Amino acid sequence: MTLRNSSPGDIARRLWRSASVPIGSVLLALLIGAIILIVSGASPVEAYRALFRGSFGDAAALGRTLEKATPLIFSGLAVAFAFKAGLFNIGAQGQLLFGAVTAAAIGFMIEGLPPLIHAPLALLGGALAGALFGAIPGMLKTYTGAHEVITTIMLNYIAINLTDYLANGPLQDTTPGNIVARTPAIEASARIPAIGAIPLGFVIALLMAALAWWLLWHTTIGFEIRTVGLNPSAANYAGMRVSTTIIVTMMLSGLLAGMGGAVETQGIIGRFQPGFNVGLGFDGITIALLGKTHPLGVIPAAVLVGAMRAGSNLMQFNADVATEIIDVILAIILFFVAADSIIRWILRTRAVSEEKVTLSTGWGQQ
Amino acid sequence: MEGTIVHTPRPSSISRFLRNYGVAVAVVLLILIGSGISYSITPLRTTAVLAATLRASTPLALGALCGLYGERSGVINIGIEGQMLLSAFTAFLINAYVGNLLLGVLVGVLTGAVMGLFLAFMSVTLRMDQIIGGTVLNILAFGLTGYFYQQGLTTPGKLQPIPLGPLADLPLVGQVLFNNPPITYLTLLLVALSQYVLFFTRWGLRTRAVGEHPRAADTVGINVYFMRYANVIIGGCLAGLAGAYLTLEQVGSFERMMTNGRGFLALAMMIFGKWNPLGAWGASLLIGFTYAFQTRLQFMGTIEIPPQFFGMLPYLLTIIVLAGFVGRARPPAADGVPYEKE
Repeated sequence: MTLRNSSPGDIARRLWRSASVPIGSVLLALLIGAIILIVSGASPVEAYRALFRGSFGDAAALGRTLEKATPLIFSGLAVAFAFKAGLFNIGAQGQLLFGAVTAAAIGFMIEGLPPLIHAPLALLGGALAGALFGAIPGMLKTYTGAHEVITTIMLNYIAINLTDYLANGPLQDTTPGNIVARTPAIEASARIPAIGAIPLGFVIALLMAALAWWLLWHTTIGFEIRTVGLNPSAANYAGMRVSTTIIVTMMLSGLLAGMGGAVETQGIIGRFQPGFNVGLGFDGITIALLGKTHPLGVIPAAVLVGAMRAGSNLMQFNADVATEIIDVILAIILFFVAADSIIRWILRTRAVSEEKVTLSTGWGQQ
Repeated sequence: MEGTIVHTPRPSSISRFLRNYGVAVAVVLLILIGSGISYSITPLRTTAVLAATLRASTPLALGALCGLYGERSGVINIGIEGQMLLSAFTAFLINAYVGNLLLGVLVGVLTGAVMGLFLAFMSVTLRMDQIIGGTVLNILAFGLTGYFYQQGLTTPGKLQPIPLGPLADLPLVGQVLFNNPPITYLTLLLVALSQYVLFFTRWGLRTRAVGEHPRAADTVGINVYFMRYANVIIGGCLAGLAGAYLTLEQVGSFERMMTNGRGFLALAMMIFGKWNPLGAWGASLLIGFTYAFQTRLQFMGTIEIPPQFFGMLPYLLTIIVLAGFVGRARPPAADGVPYEKE
């Protein structure tokens, strides 16, 4: 936690030490994935070639990768941010849904606003909705002791049902001929455009990651959040308000997830449609863990997962491999990243001394 | 936060019983009284809802037992959802290809056990963060079942209710309790058995010792690693049985993500039941009742309420119950803490 003066060479060494495990994990997971592909009668060479071509092969593929990575950066940030306070926010999915539906509502209900006002308004609305929904498990934890792992999962199902109801009922697209549960398309003024192949949402995501990093390591509230995560009783004895910190952390985590949903609505889908955002929040867990729960580590992790998601369609089309193999590979990556001693043993690298966040502190303890 | 030592007088056995099982007793009483009244008005519907309650509670109770064995020995298992899902899938595949229900159930249980072994390996041997270990199981199960899923595969049949002789002809009770398919019966037995094993046998004492104070348990010669491995694998078997229940007894086929959060709900049931099998069973019955009740209401269709509101009922109730009635439940002291031998 102390600020260290470090030379460039030192930084490079530290970077390699902390990056060697994720990189080794990905390679090993791809290898095991290849074995599964061979066993099930598919060609791993063909599958991985299609996977790569579909994610980095040309400008359009790269654009798709960044497009897929954008909401994942947000949900990864949301989960990683909460981890810093020792909170496991499995509810990023629900918070993201509320952000998405709110941004869609602001996007299609208000007409005639200039884009410079409308788009940020919808984005902020979505972020706020996510923050409010994220505050619920925070408050439940501090006031009643209900563990956030359980409450956020329950709130996910509640969010799925509620947003489904909204898209079927009050907010449903009533244009003649539409029988699908979805909201009307948002106004052009609410859309978040792309600059060439790079979606503007991706840039916003990078900014938010930098902002989260700055907040955590250069502000008082960030210091409190990290202290609560490392040792709540110490934080308490030091006079920090642990309960307030928990609620604020969950709100900020929900805000990030909600913003991710809004960016997805405004930048890609253009409306809210149930089922279109499923999985983004859960990928956030993998990404946060893959990025070592660091806001900046989330970015490469999200790009990796985004690339796999983007390339998986071409893989299914070209090599006839079901897209779910990606989830198998992600699970294996996660395993190796968490069991880092295996990779370190293979690569013979030493562990970095880093702030260790214990995720499973037990249910009732804080 | 709760670092200060609080001296509480030792509670009497009655108040201890009420604290441990009070909620469960209240739930059972409430259901009994409520069903008595409703039976006198609409006997047929009441019977149907209560029978459905017991069946809907089966996977939850089994999942809660799975979590319980793990946590009583000090291993948090948030991978129950994944264990159930993969077991449901393998049990279904065996039944579809071999056409033997018993073999299907066995393979489902075995799949759960293997997943349990993997979890134990991650959390006991590798000393990985147990929350991540469970998440790995969940994602892995989701990926594997999705990857190997085949459209339109059907099974030759599912487990049928076995009426228990004349008992099944009793009004209300007969249909609800004595005319069930095998896994539902088995679950009732397993709940009682688990209560007995955990609190009245040497195995249970050792399991709890390992979960509360592994160092002390180690000192008196209990093999901490073995106890944790064994209990997590037992738990895996139970989650596997829950998975087999879903495909072979309840639905008869496999759908993607068909566990639908039951594994996570089961964890809540375990906490709600304060890490006691009987308590967890009472909690499962309560949530099972909301499942049965909402299905019934949707069927009747007389009330104009969007189906999504019924759909969120079990989850909403779980939150209310956890927040309002459980409060700060006390988990086993060494829950989630890897043990390192000196």
